Amino acid sequence: MITIQSISVKKIWNILETVCDPEVPVLTLTDLGIVRDVKIIDETVEVIITPTYTGCPAMDMIAMNIRLALIENGYANIKITSVLSPAWTTDWMTETGKQKLHEYGIAPPKGNANTIIEDGIECPQCHSLNTTIISEFGSTACKALFKCNDCKEPFDYFKCY
Amino acid sequence: MQQPIPNSQFLIPYCLHLADTTLILSHRNSEWCGHGPILEQDIALTNIALDLLGQARNLYQYAATLMGDEFDEDKLAYLRNPSEFKNHLITERPNEDWAVTVLRQFYFSSFQHYFYSELKNSSDKQLAAIANKSLKEVAYHLRWSSEWVIRLGDGTTESNAKMQNAVEVLKDYTDEFFVMSNEEIELLQQAISVDLSTIKNNWQQKINEVFAEATLQFLYSTQPKIGGKLCQHTQYLTDLLVDMQVLQRTYPNSVW
Repeated sequence: MITIQSISVKKIWNILETVCDPEVPVLTLTDLGIVRDVKIIDETVEVIITPTYTGCPAMDMIAMNIRLALIENGYANIKITSVLSPAWTTDWMTETGKQKLHEYGIAPPKGNANTIIEDGIECPQCHSLNTTIISEFGSTACKALFKCNDCKEPFDYFKCY
Repeated sequence: MQQPIPNSQFLIPYCLHLADTTLILSHRNSEWCGHGPILEQDIALTNIALDLLGQARNLYQYAATLMGDEFDEDKLAYLRNPSEFKNHLITERPNEDWAVTVLRQFYFSSFQHYFYSELKNSSDKQLAAIANKSLKEVAYHLRWSSEWVIRLGDGTTESNAKMQNAVEVLKDYTDEFFVMSNEEIELLQQAISVDLSTIKNNWQQKINEVFAEATLQFLYSTQPKIGGKLCQHTQYLTDLLVDMQVLQRTYPNSVW
């Protein structure tokens, strides 16, 4: 049954699809899979998000951007709740999200969460699989640094988490 | 009237201990920022510092909710005195050199790995959630730090000597990981805290495995330094907090 309530929730999801990750601006919050739920209780819109990395400084900005996007669309009473469980994993990133990352020049996570993979990460520039890890820690908490042994370009890899 | 939270007299100090330990090590690691031996390792260590800071934030936020409206994570980190901190003593030690830094990280990450593996089954849902999330980060810290211990231990004569010196420097500090505080004993009865005696063997086994590969000799302490959980600290913590808290102490309640 379609109710006014469910139409409104759908609208909120559509708005959230326009909010981007400040660190990786090609990804929307829904691509990233960090929006857990949307609830409308009386006049208040509650968006439930889950952090990627515990110390990720982008999380505060993401919460602010969600608020701004909802205000721009005429919502006044907004509550943003952060929940830790179940813990976010790169498995929740959508296929579209992974494709966008690749096109942006960041190798998407390969394999499942909790697997640390260093071999066969595809170079997003020349698509070679002949690549080497430089460091497991990169420019942001979610990335590792790789280099391509064929085209010689360094690149970021969004590591499994 | 607000309902009293069950176990809060034990749960609050427990959360503060866990938070303080991760915050202080995070701060020590962050002191390497701009000083790492090469750029990638500078970035690696500051990433680890950031992860630890994130864990500390979650734990302080939880403690603050248990403590009441007048507390928040910033007050707990920036406005408590050295005599109120409950971190492990190993975390407040100065960095000295790269060998001591990576060995301390290895000891600590190994401890955190086994500790969080147990805490994720805690009957306290929030602690379990924090542990489950942090565990994924610790997997990377443990890998990174063990690789450094092996690389330097099984490296040149000089790097091996520096690593073995680090083992000597830190030998009195690891027993504290496994000493149960009063609140940990109390909380264990409700399956909230971790029985530290059960993870000691796993920890020692992990150290032995990596040391064997690194050609290092583990040294047992005859005079363990303990007391951090009881707020008994060295001058090093005061010096660290003077630096870390200077802004809030000088301009109270200032915000970005």
